[in-house]
Amino acid sequence: MPARILPAISAEPAALLPERFLQWFASRGWSPREHQLELLAKARKDRSALLIAPTGAGKTLAGFLPTLVELSAPPPVVGEGAKKNVISTGRGVKRTGGLHTLYISPLKALAVDIARNLEAPIAEMGLPIKVETRTGDTPVSRRQRQRRYPPDILLTTPEQLALLLSSDDAPFLFGSLKRIVLDELHALVTSKRGDLLSLGLARLWRLAPEMRGIGLSATVAEPESLARFLVPQRDRKIEAADIVVAGGAAAPVVEMLDTRERLPWAGHSARHALGEMYELIKRNKTTLVFVNTRSQAEMLFQDFWRMNDDGLAIALHHGSLDVAQRRKVEDAMAAGRLRGVVCTSSLDLGIDWGDIDLVINVGAPKGSSRLMQRIGRANHRLDEPSRAVLVPANRFEVLECAVAIDAIAENAQDTPPLRIGALDVLAQHVLGCACGEPFLSDELYEEVLTSAPYSGLTRADFDDVVDFVATGGYALKTYERFARIKQDKQGRWRVANPRVRQSYRLNVGAIVEEPMLKVRLVRSRGGGAGSTGALGRGGRMLGEIEEYFIEGLVAGDTFVFGGEVVRYEALAEDQVYVSRANDADAKVPSYMGGKFPLSTYLAERVRKLLDDKRAWNALPDQVRDWLSLQRHFSRVPAVRELLIETFPRGNKHYLICYPFEGRLAHQTLGMLLTRRMERARVRPLGFVANEYAVAVWGLGDMSFMIRHGKLDLNALFDPDMLGDDLEAWLAESALMKRTFRTCAVISGLIARRFTGEEKSRRQVLFSTDLIYDVLRKHQADHVLLRAARADAATGLLDLKRLGDMLSRIQGRIIHRELDRVSPLAVPVMLEIGRESVYGEAADELLAEAADELVREATG
Amino acid sequence: MARLSKVSIADVSFLADLSGALFWQEQRLLVVSDLHLEKGSSFAARGVLLPPYDTVATLSRLAAVIARHDPRMVIALGDSFHDRDAHERLSAPDRDALSAMQARRDWIWISGNHDPALPSDLGGVVASEVAIGNIMFRHEPTGAAGEIAGHLHPKARVATRGRSMERRCFACDGERAVMPAFGAYTGGLSIRDPAFAKIFQTPGLMAHVLGDNRLHAIAASRCY
Repeated sequence: MPARILPAISAEPAALLPERFLQWFASRGWSPREHQLELLAKARKDRSALLIAPTGAGKTLAGFLPTLVELSAPPPVVGEGAKKNVISTGRGVKRTGGLHTLYISPLKALAVDIARNLEAPIAEMGLPIKVETRTGDTPVSRRQRQRRYPPDILLTTPEQLALLLSSDDAPFLFGSLKRIVLDELHALVTSKRGDLLSLGLARLWRLAPEMRGIGLSATVAEPESLARFLVPQRDRKIEAADIVVAGGAAAPVVEMLDTRERLPWAGHSARHALGEMYELIKRNKTTLVFVNTRSQAEMLFQDFWRMNDDGLAIALHHGSLDVAQRRKVEDAMAAGRLRGVVCTSSLDLGIDWGDIDLVINVGAPKGSSRLMQRIGRANHRLDEPSRAVLVPANRFEVLECAVAIDAIAENAQDTPPLRIGALDVLAQHVLGCACGEPFLSDELYEEVLTSAPYSGLTRADFDDVVDFVATGGYALKTYERFARIKQDKQGRWRVANPRVRQSYRLNVGAIVEEPMLKVRLVRSRGGGAGSTGALGRGGRMLGEIEEYFIEGLVAGDTFVFGGEVVRYEALAEDQVYVSRANDADAKVPSYMGGKFPLSTYLAERVRKLLDDKRAWNALPDQVRDWLSLQRHFSRVPAVRELLIETFPRGNKHYLICYPFEGRLAHQTLGMLLTRRMERARVRPLGFVANEYAVAVWGLGDMSFMIRHGKLDLNALFDPDMLGDDLEAWLAESALMKRTFRTCAVISGLIARRFTGEEKSRRQVLFSTDLIYDVLRKHQADHVLLRAARADAATGLLDLKRLGDMLSRIQGRIIHRELDRVSPLAVPVMLEIGRESVYGEAADELLAEAADELVREATG
Repeated sequence: MARLSKVSIADVSFLADLSGALFWQEQRLLVVSDLHLEKGSSFAARGVLLPPYDTVATLSRLAAVIARHDPRMVIALGDSFHDRDAHERLSAPDRDALSAMQARRDWIWISGNHDPALPSDLGGVVASEVAIGNIMFRHEPTGAAGEIAGHLHPKARVATRGRSMERRCFACDGERAVMPAFGAYTGGLSIRDPAFAKIFQTPGLMAHVLGDNRLHAIAASRCY
């Protein structure tokens, strides 16, 4: 059935809203919004619905109104009617009522906040409704009580839902469920948490066939596919919830900072525009300054404070800061005490901050939908436009900002398509199911197919996953006696022992964080190196930092953390000891580019902009001049072609290509290109990749080789590089190993939390790299390796995008032989030396370390 | 010869092999340490279903290094089996592969803390330590001069220009050595851990790091 997109038609409030609701709206001086009534009408017709609305549209109230109205009805009269409401629990216990509505939020803070917001209308209308939250912080006693005496409305997270479903009283708890409200659905469905939630939904549809869904979402590119998430898919047909679109939001006012300063060629700090950004903060009441990475946030925050002669209250907020510190910033912001907050995607979602009148987005917008959601954070009132200023940090980012502004004007969305459910998440779910009531494979398979992300799951994959959960899924059948789940005589699967259940409970969830280390501030002992010998333990906790970052540091290195420049002193267990450093300049964390690469959609628009000389007129003079120079000295690539430039510089030769496919796909491309060039005897030495281009350098004269047919560019960029070369590289790729680790943890192969006595993390951490090596060699088609490959295709390696690009440019490669670096190549050339060289060649790095020693010894 | 690197221990010259084995050319003696055979099935018994291919992976690497050097004698420096019963779980093909390696040469199992009581039917002889000239082979290092031990699984982390890399290594100061673990599932302990400082009390501790295609000698003070 095709999705029905309905404009928010004017429904008659009186017909849909009981008297006390009408009075309540009136007492507040409000009238119900059209989309709120529309959702009520859907609920009355027993339909599931997806509400697409911008921030500030009263989305949450809309989602809960149907529930509040239903629960406000007077309790049924004693006698005949009362019986209907009595639920048999199957345990000789009977009760009335029970859980009516489940609300799922991606953030536990949001669930808590929503519970608070619901209290007001419920109290003011005197409704007999009990609302409770359940998060990781809920005390055990309350959790137990909730299972026995559930509230009418329970607000929770996808992980807690999975836990509740894995208990054997799930049928009792959820049997009465009438509605599920999924908040920030657009954000949830893009990750494995969305997969986990979709499987939980499938389970709920079976336990509570009467349950209907309401999804609350920001504007997305494909609302029809998102609407599928909310209803069971049956018989391989496409089913979707109805779509309600809240209209009436004022279009945002977005401009690019027209800097008076010189625009940098490269880098991501936007330091050139510091003064101008500071002025903007000064002129506005509260400004959110979004940046793409934690390190940028740190740096910018420091810079603001150095110039803060007016003593403006400017704060810092990012995901690595200590929770208590983040809460302090959030509270100060809610109370209107802050003038500016420098933040990362940690503030993309969630709680309504009230009076933010300006959003500054520093650096590349990356994607138009992301940017629109960020801008929506300013001014949560529908009828007033949000205001935003984009601050590009370099010339390429000017192009990206320009096309992003156009995209926003057209309201063009570029959210990713609905995911295909991951097999590692399915494995976790299967184990969870076995922890509850025993299941039959046939029945569970049918149930899983009702979930939209898994509606295309093959029976073979499902069986492999069950086999994996039971005995590891190995071709060598040696673990039968260690099985985690076992079949009884009727063929029903159940957990083999209580320990398995306990381990499942401790490890539920689809978020696998980078291994993090706690950062503690101690006094410097000076001159020490690396070990923890005489260092005092303890010290104030500053927050957490990714382990891989610290591993790249040498004792004495300085970096910015928590708004201070600190010196790395030592590492012990999961603690990093740092001391206060007096340096003004720190060795700041290398630019990791954030989690998100340039979206395919914006990349396409940047290519179009480059190709359209007339459109250049709208660009700042400095950028237009830059592009004109490029046209003069080399060529500006046309939309569908791949421009490749070669030139000598110093005693090396360079090859630059401009695919505009984002950093992740470019890194993979660089890795594969250097392998192939090595074979072609170009003697490559290294490469760097940024969002727009890849630069490879080496000893061989590439221009000469191309001219004389010794290096065939069409062969070099042939899509077959995704065959054997990719396989060979994957065997040793650290990125692939990181991807595999995530799958191993989510699938339950490796526990991240242990029962009983908690040993130190480093003792129990089993290196998944070793497992990867062994498994890849002996059973390359194992289900976990397949799961990791599927992740790599869209994740860290972005193989899909690389593949699409290679097919697109076949026969459209344009080569320019130059005698020196071109204007377009300058930005990526400037990245050389900042970024790692030659990706993952272990021997190069080790040899360098050994050479340093020789120099020390002989110097 | 990049696969091999000369290492001198108490004035005796050895070859460190990229595989993690140590070869005493003069004696045609090959030493490997911490094979941890059947570690996968040991974890499986506790509910962690690691791929059951670690034993065959370890044994095939061992067979390769034996084929390269054709030693007269092999010493397995302890913790050859991950737990007391591990040898009983060896599959028939793995057992055959082991017997094939043991043919035509002496084989000494030194007992370790994971496998303190090895049975006699494994082929070769079982010993708690072995002395040859000035060199003493035992599982747990004591720090004595001329000692070659295992047990600690040394690894070195090297950081350069914001990147780091972690590999297994030989730890050696010219007088004594601790060998890297040879097993497919063996993790490691940083050479900067205080456990190494106790054994190597002189400065000049070197990590002979196992790279992809060659060994690298890096001062321990340069590692993390």
